[in-house]
Amino acid sequence: MSKYVIIGGSAGGIGAVEAIREVDPVGTLTVISEETVPQYSRPMISEYVSREATLETMKYRGDQFWNKNNAQALTGRTAIKIDFTKKQVELEGGTKIDYEKLLIATGGRPFVPRMEGGEKDGVFTFTELSSAKGLESKLEQCKSAVVIGGGLIGVSAAEALVKRGITVTLVELKEHILNLILDEKASEIAEKVLSEAGVTVITGQTVQRVLGKQDNEDAVGGVIMTDGTEIPCDLVVVAIGVIPRTELVKETDVKVNRGIVVDRFMRTNILDVYACGDVAEAHDFLLNGNRLLPLWPLAHMGGRVAGYNMAGKKAEYAGGTVMSSLKYFDLPVIAVGNTNPENSGSYEVLVERQPEKIVYKKILLKDDLIVGFIFLGDIEKAGILFRLLKNHVNVAEIKEVLLSEDFGIVTLPEQLRQKMFVVN
Amino acid sequence: MKRVSIKEEACIGCGLCQVYCTVEHSKSKDPIKAYRREQPRPVSRVRVETNKPHSISIRCQQCKDTPCVTACLSGAMTIDKETGLVVHDAEKCIGCWTCVMVCPYGAIKPDTSSKIIAKCDLCPNLEVPACVANCPNEALVCEEVEQ
Repeated sequence: MSKYVIIGGSAGGIGAVEAIREVDPVGTLTVISEETVPQYSRPMISEYVSREATLETMKYRGDQFWNKNNAQALTGRTAIKIDFTKKQVELEGGTKIDYEKLLIATGGRPFVPRMEGGEKDGVFTFTELSSAKGLESKLEQCKSAVVIGGGLIGVSAAEALVKRGITVTLVELKEHILNLILDEKASEIAEKVLSEAGVTVITGQTVQRVLGKQDNEDAVGGVIMTDGTEIPCDLVVVAIGVIPRTELVKETDVKVNRGIVVDRFMRTNILDVYACGDVAEAHDFLLNGNRLLPLWPLAHMGGRVAGYNMAGKKAEYAGGTVMSSLKYFDLPVIAVGNTNPENSGSYEVLVERQPEKIVYKKILLKDDLIVGFIFLGDIEKAGILFRLLKNHVNVAEIKEVLLSEDFGIVTLPEQLRQKMFVVN
Repeated sequence: MKRVSIKEEACIGCGLCQVYCTVEHSKSKDPIKAYRREQPRPVSRVRVETNKPHSISIRCQQCKDTPCVTACLSGAMTIDKETGLVVHDAEKCIGCWTCVMVCPYGAIKPDTSSKIIAKCDLCPNLEVPACVANCPNEALVCEEVEQ
């Protein structure tokens, strides 16, 4: 019997442990994690592969984290079944743990499409340390790689590999890389930066088939693109996205849409069962509804909220939205919300370009509310915009100054400042 | 917990807080060397904003809800258990700029030369932070506030 049981020891699970212990220092707490050292920073896998970080420096929390928080960490263990009536989690091997409060923070699994040759040695994903280690250990003998997917993870993978001297081709099915985050203009700038760093970017296509090597059919030797072109390579990295790991609640009463549906308190529809992170469909403050948002900071925030509520301290999840900060090849970009809407005609768009300095800024407004923005090159004041967007502040009065050099706390109306930007 | 606040009516927008902050966070602690020679260049963790006739000096406000700590990808931004302050570990920082994205004051500096962020640390080696001690019109105040 453990008062609190958490399945998953990454961003969400860690946030929950910390929050629970703030409220309840003594209640028994068990964390089940498939990974042996779960407390590493997943976004730093890229730094690990590029050798800018080591296993030691990529630790999100120290080795003593579980002990210090009086948590029993069952690492290298897999939960295989939850009995919501008995309030019991079953682990592989038969161990059963009763819970009073349960958090499902199982995260996401990299999506790997069916692809002929996809099982060959040299095909990797990029969201788990074990896979990254496998990839890293091959780099010494490899010259070239094809990265499938031009989203956040794909571009991270491309950057890491280039930094290790690998010749990289990045393949994106849509017309532009990072198309879920950036608009066309910002994508083009990012593509140019990538190209200058040596990455070959191919858009509008994907990999059809993975080929073997001439002397070893089981090892990656190249790929065939949708247009039939052959690209020789020693490695393939699949970085198309993650899908929520909902298998534990399959065919149970837990409400699942694309992920486990949770309310503003991170509660599922089952009493005493919570969910957070990549497995959950939680609040989006821009959409004012639930959606999958597999982002590390949101997983951590959701975990904290779940933890507080599990321990009996009421806390509400403020929610997230599409929000990313990028630093690919030292190009700083912050993009939040709806930056590239389909019917852009119904939005007011503010734009500033300083091509000589590689600065591009764009703000999208609807009914005088900021619904999205991109700050590229000059990002220092992006956080002020983020709060205006998040708090649905009407910016009619200050529209003209939002992109000016002088924009800042000082240019906000007095009343607004006293409400949410207090400095005195 | 300590926090630096500003008496807006007293700020004359001189920018000295930025200069003293930069020098205090330089290796040499010498203004000429700090501004001319040091690499990577020391950066100010304070920003003076002007909207004539108003001006204010902006730095980390030690928010209660600490969005930067929650958002940090590497574990570099934490709350110091003893002082209650939001502290930044330069060794752990990877310069991902996630904290910059969520800082409501725009008070976290993305330092592209050192490739990590810089933020107000309330000058741990000084009794009074350099910007406060050297503000010519006493517009800056460092005081204890409730956590």
